[in-house]
Amino acid sequence: MRHHHLRLPLSGIALVAVLTLPLAGMAETVLNRGNLDDPESLDPHRTSTLAEANLMRDLFSGLMGLDPDAKLIPDAAASWRVSDDGLSYTFTLRADGKWSDGSPVTAADFVYSWRRVVTPETAAEYAYMLAPVKNAEAITAGTLPPEDLGIRAIDDLTLEVTLNGPTPYFLQMLTHQSTYPVQKANVEAFGAAFTKPGNLVSNGAYVLGDFVPNDHITLTRNPEFYDAANVSIDTVNYYPTADASAAVKRFEAGELDVNRDFPTEQTADLQAKFGDQLRVGPTLGTYYYGFKIDKAPWDEVALRQAISMLIDRDFLAEKVWQDTMLPAYSFVPPGIDGYESAALDYAGMSQIDREEQAEAILTGLGIGPDHPLALELRFNTSDNNANTAVAVQEMLAPFGIEVSLVNLDTKSHYGYLEQKGDYDLARAAWFADYVDPENFLALCKTGTGNNTTLYSDGDFDALLEKAALETDPAKRMGDLHDAEAIGVARDLCVVPLMFYSYHNLVSDRVGGWGDNVMDVHPTRFLSIK
Amino acid sequence: MLRYAFWRMMTAVPTLFVVVTLSFFMIRIAPGGPFDQERALDPVIRANLERTYHLDLPLVQQYGIYLKNLLHGDLGPSFTMPEFSVAELLHAGLPVSIRIGGLALLLALILGGAMGVIAALYRDGWADRAVVGFATAGSTIPTFVVAPLFQLVFALGLNWLPVGGWNDGAFHNLIGPVICLMLPQLAVVARLMRSSMIEALHTHHIRTARAMGLSEAAVVGRHALRSALLPVVSYAGPAAAALMTGSVVVETVFSIPGIGRYFVDAALNRDYTVVMGAVVVLAVFTILFNLIVDIAYTLVDPRVRYD
Repeated sequence: MRHHHLRLPLSGIALVAVLTLPLAGMAETVLNRGNLDDPESLDPHRTSTLAEANLMRDLFSGLMGLDPDAKLIPDAAASWRVSDDGLSYTFTLRADGKWSDGSPVTAADFVYSWRRVVTPETAAEYAYMLAPVKNAEAITAGTLPPEDLGIRAIDDLTLEVTLNGPTPYFLQMLTHQSTYPVQKANVEAFGAAFTKPGNLVSNGAYVLGDFVPNDHITLTRNPEFYDAANVSIDTVNYYPTADASAAVKRFEAGELDVNRDFPTEQTADLQAKFGDQLRVGPTLGTYYYGFKIDKAPWDEVALRQAISMLIDRDFLAEKVWQDTMLPAYSFVPPGIDGYESAALDYAGMSQIDREEQAEAILTGLGIGPDHPLALELRFNTSDNNANTAVAVQEMLAPFGIEVSLVNLDTKSHYGYLEQKGDYDLARAAWFADYVDPENFLALCKTGTGNNTTLYSDGDFDALLEKAALETDPAKRMGDLHDAEAIGVARDLCVVPLMFYSYHNLVSDRVGGWGDNVMDVHPTRFLSIK
Repeated sequence: MLRYAFWRMMTAVPTLFVVVTLSFFMIRIAPGGPFDQERALDPVIRANLERTYHLDLPLVQQYGIYLKNLLHGDLGPSFTMPEFSVAELLHAGLPVSIRIGGLALLLALILGGAMGVIAALYRDGWADRAVVGFATAGSTIPTFVVAPLFQLVFALGLNWLPVGGWNDGAFHNLIGPVICLMLPQLAVVARLMRSSMIEALHTHHIRTARAMGLSEAAVVGRHALRSALLPVVSYAGPAAAALMTGSVVVETVFSIPGIGRYFVDAALNRDYTVVMGAVVVLAVFTILFNLIVDIAYTLVDPRVRYD
């Protein structure tokens, strides 16, 4: 009997030896991309995360796409025409657009897909990306049937879309994966399992080869892709790299060619080690705090401004975040063509001047070291968020603002904010879904889901609505600027602190990598030197 | 013996039921839900999602549905990875965790056992001091320090091993995770073995065996080892359950697709069904290995009988 004990584990070792597989041949070009997390879904209509967006851009082609510099380019569409009132878009699809099974991509595919996105049963988180399309919101709410969506196929290659109002950023929205097509026959044949390897039919530069959760996703070149001749990389492996330190080591060992993210506290060391392979630059993302504006004393705008002035954004960006963030004095980040942000009044002042002015305001309100004011600052747990909050606590303390810190895990924090729980000041962040200021400013519009500070101002709302109807791009950007001047610069509906930057590790071996504010890098434009 | 095993299996059912029930309600007490995130969902979209996953039903009714599905072996779909059922995720990850955890435990028992015996035999000698020193270091230096150091030395420094990745369980990719998972266990086993061996060597039956002129090998190998093994065997049961259900640190640092991280990630993501699946697996393993340990007692120690 005792021998039996030994035999079991020994057979385990034999099993391990048998299962040990030899490495595959290296004749093809392979790109190994560190991609932060596994996708929650490979159904473009059910995706929401950055990691998923990277995969979707490789697997699918929407009507519009982004080039290596994040400039808008036609993708599945060959051309388009906009009616004079801006309400109707007519797209002509590429005649050579094909699914990976060889069948043509037709206008009917887009009609089917867009109806699918807004159908309540699909439960698409990003259904709102199609909100500008006529009847989309009513269909998602279940009050109209999906057939009433403002999209129809005129013929196989002609697609007509009707909007609720002129939406100047509509073409930008079409680069988002929630507007990508799925093949009707494919979805109907496999149901929810259509995204499994072997089942998925896609129309992008790559097709799904393999998906092992927590391990890797392999995509291979799609020979049916319209631009397949210009796709250089044969196979791309996406690895979840939740542990940034481990990912850096894998990059150093050559196991990864690209990784999104590295531990920002190591920036200087990594810069010395990797040189140009370290890519840091601004993206369209803002790190901000929000006051609970519907509640005293935070309904007093002068108090909000005074506290905002006391926060030394340069210190936060340079010291706490090690220059991987940029100080922010507006909510809308720089980098959107044609838009000039409305900065806070004190953007140009020195921190010492700001503190003087803030102190005067606080004294006027009866607040000072002798008459302190308590402020509860909430944030979602992370080292950098905690360091930021502690720094802010120190900055405010000498002026009689006594900050207490409350941190919860991410789900609890946002769950609390979304349920409009009581708080004084809370941390949040916003990343652009598409390149337009409206995507940021809508957060301060009365009654929207992400307006957790409960800011409400008639003039601000009116300017946003005016901009939504404006067909002249320059005037529209002017309206949005005016809205930001009221909502953010004057009223601090949110307190912008820092702009995010992308921080990527890109091997010298990788060619065609363009740094851009959306931090998008479709594999079809990349190559291995 | 068989009747005992059968009886033990029967008592496992109510235990599992209690574990499932407590976990089900405890995870729901945690604030937030699977669909709370940086950007708020439109209420209509949120309602659509919650309806899809029956989260709009009263909690007791959800519990009823969960239990009913569980009895049919259906652990439900994952909330965060809806295209995978919990069963599929476990099916993919559990063999990985069992392989790494099993190898780590096996090595820890063999090496740790040997180290403990040697330390006991040469008590206060240099070998003993080395083992005691190693055991102290092994159990005090945490894995999240050892694992990155291991990568720095053996992967980046010496270039002998890959930094991470699973690579379908290739031998090279197993070495780092298995060693890092094994070290703390090795330390515990060596210490347990050493002290129980020292105790065993001082018992009357060993003195008798020596007096009868048995060879030292027979005294140690056949008689002392047997009784000294008992504490190690009782430790090995829960350790096996813990090791084979994965380790968050080792899996994350070495990028290994086991199930250990589901215990943490799924809880943070409020992926209720995956949390429940992980809990059920851990509970089953714990019950199973405790049973194996109890049966192993009868093999190691003839004084133990279950009738």
